Amino acid sequence: MYAHENRLTAWHIGIAFVALMVGMLLGPLQTWEHAGLNLYPALRSIGIQSYYQGLTIHGILNALVFTTFFITGFLTFATTHSLKRASKYPWVHTLALVVMFAGLLITAVPLLLNGATVLYTFYPPLKADPAFYIGLTLVVVGSWITGYGLLFTWSAWKKENPGVQTPLIAFASLITMVMWQICTVGVAVEMLALNIPWSLGLIAGTDPQLARTLFWFTGHPLVYFWLLPAYISWYGMLPKQAGGKLFSEPLARLSFWLFLILSTPLGLHHQYVDPGIPAGWKALHAVLTYSVFFPSMLTLFNVVASLEIAGRARGGKGTFGWIRALPWSEPSFTAQALAGILFAFGGISGIANASYDLNLVLHNTAWQPGHFHLTVGTGVAFSFMGIGYWLIPKLSGKELWSKKFGIYQAWTWFVGMILMSNGLHILGLRYSVPRRSALGVAPYASAEWTPFLIESALGGTILLISVVLLYVNYGMTVFAGKKLTREIEMPVAENAEGMPSPRWLDTWRPWLLGAVALVLVAYGPVIYILLTRLNLTSPGFRVW
Amino acid sequence: MNNHTHLHIHPIERLWIIISFSMIGVFAVAVLTAGFAYGFQLPVPEDRIVDPNLVATPGATAFGEPGLRELSPGNMEARVLAQAWSFTPKEITIPVGTKVTFYVTTKDVQHGFHLEGSNINFMVLPGQISKLSTTFTTPGTYNFYCHEYCGVGHQTMYGQVIVTEK
Ligand code: HEM
Ligand SMILES: [Cu+2]
Ligand SMILES: [Cu+2]
Repeated sequence: MYAHENRLTAWHIGIAFVALMVGMLLGPLQTWEHAGLNLYPALRSIGIQSYYQGLTIHGILNALVFTTFFITGFLTFATTHSLKRASKYPWVHTLALVVMFAGLLITAVPLLLNGATVLYTFYPPLKADPAFYIGLTLVVVGSWITGYGLLFTWSAWKKENPGVQTPLIAFASLITMVMWQICTVGVAVEMLALNIPWSLGLIAGTDPQLARTLFWFTGHPLVYFWLLPAYISWYGMLPKQAGGKLFSEPLARLSFWLFLILSTPLGLHHQYVDPGIPAGWKALHAVLTYSVFFPSMLTLFNVVASLEIAGRARGGKGTFGWIRALPWSEPSFTAQALAGILFAFGGISGIANASYDLNLVLHNTAWQPGHFHLTVGTGVAFSFMGIGYWLIPKLSGKELWSKKFGIYQAWTWFVGMILMSNGLHILGLRYSVPRRSALGVAPYASAEWTPFLIESALGGTILLISVVLLYVNYGMTVFAGKKLTREIEMPVAENAEGMPSPRWLDTWRPWLLGAVALVLVAYGPVIYILLTRLNLTSPGFRVW
Repeated sequence: MNNHTHLHIHPIERLWIIISFSMIGVFAVAVLTAGFAYGFQLPVPEDRIVDPNLVATPGATAFGEPGLRELSPGNMEARVLAQAWSFTPKEITIPVGTKVTFYVTTKDVQHGFHLEGSNINFMVLPGQISKLSTTFTTPGTYNFYCHEYCGVGHQTMYGQVIVTEK
């Protein structure tokens, strides 16, 4: 029944994991370079000209390409399987995939030819080849089209099922896609009004302060676009995989609504130390940033409580005995559970970043990559790897090659990431070590940093082992796995309360209006101020 | 048809919600009090924007002759020009206990400015002037780093503040 959706998802996820493999292989090289083992001269022969070209590829492939392809594929799969309805217009999804893939190819050319060594934030007036901006824009447009396809399917489902509450997984997937529609307006305007015409020479100069603001309008909610699919799995699937139920479905729904409202109007927390933005607006975004912490706190409680139901159902006793009773021999569970634990620590270091004035100590230090490898690098990417442990067998029709490899992969990721991120956090906090820098050849590098650079490099090395274990396992599954003899279903957690959520949690209008209103209040005046100070004088530089 | 409106919340979860809210509230109050009552400064817009192509021309702006200037006894200002991949001046010597206000801008791409041992950390953007002040109370040598990627020489871009005994 879902042949088209499954095939399509397989393409999305296949492209995503290939991109992630290439992107991740550069990660350990970065940690080694920092610690004094510089392999970049050797990479020239395969076309990587510098640390920074490698870092651009690492950021673009991991944080933009992997995430977007995985999420569009996974949410298409999750929505149709959750509604138990095939897509209304399968061609819309095919079109989306074609547009995204074309975008990826167009971006890849300058990226690999060293024509776009601008890092994944592409801050002007670093000026990449136009193809770079055009390709990335197409990837985003393709992801919009996926969202439209899901909305068509859902409205068809609504007509066929009047009065029925949308199942949680489909509901949360749709919210994620709608949030993405709202928040990508920023980067779309940046690309279409500034970057693309400027890189084509149609306008002579650009305004870096305005471009940064438009970028971060999208750039913060982008992290929720990454995170919400992991939450969908943690709420909607993981409890079932662990043998339990979802503790509170209504509060799960409430937290997705809160994310819809609160994800976008707070991007200025990336710009606390930008010169062109008044302090009052920064403070407003700081408070809003704290508030988006709340739905994550709801999630923490709800997911842990659901896992406790599972552990007790499996015979776990006592205050902590239920934890041991969880299915730690299942790679999909273990990866996601460990991802959740590290994500919680990433949340704590994020609170420090969000803190208006504490950020003065941390902004653009090594603390930042320490923080976001726990969040997007682990909470999200590691969860997606865990989802891959059931989804790749499902889509390929092959049994997972080795559970044992999966368990080793999960624990090596956990240990490697603790070491790397701990080292990076300390370097940033204690020594103000700048991020995005080839520290191994920096004249200011200090001997005091060495122990922590080595700790981080050790972490990077263990992570490399984890990456190898992951891809051997995925590869052997797909290309040499035994044929599945059973049907794998998408795990769907039951609602422990056994009754539907209140109606007001199933009504779109107030939440949607709230989301748009809050964006207008938090960003309208800021954009207005920036337009009154519009300064289109930066000509563009190629400094790599 | 589902008509109920009541949201059932488990007592322990209710407690968790209260704790979460209070924690967020305390953080927000603490951070904003520090920011606005105790005078931790963030960079804010200077009155004027500048043209990065002209900003380094001698005579056009104060960044034409970057360097240190005494405003009054114990009170100095430092104009620093960033460009790929250096700061001018690269070395700034000040007596201990002097209040120094840094003004930094760039004539090319974005840069960053983070001065060790102080709360000075800001972005340096073309067309904008970033400004923050500090007072060093301990003599020593303090690095300031460029912390925003500015091309292949980015890792070499730094300077030093040398704080001397009175
Ligand atoms: C094998 C595992 C990985 C290792 C060893 C690794 C290592 C690193 C290091 C050391 C940096 C900092 C470079 C610098 O600031 O100069 C970095 C940056 C980054 N990493 Fe990773 N990483 C890994 C996996 C991932 C994953 C899974 C993601 C996301 C899905 C990710 C996303 C990023 C991003 C977005 C940056 C920032 C790039 C920039 O500043 O422009 N990394 N990585
Ligand atoms: Cu953010
Ligand atoms: Cu730099």
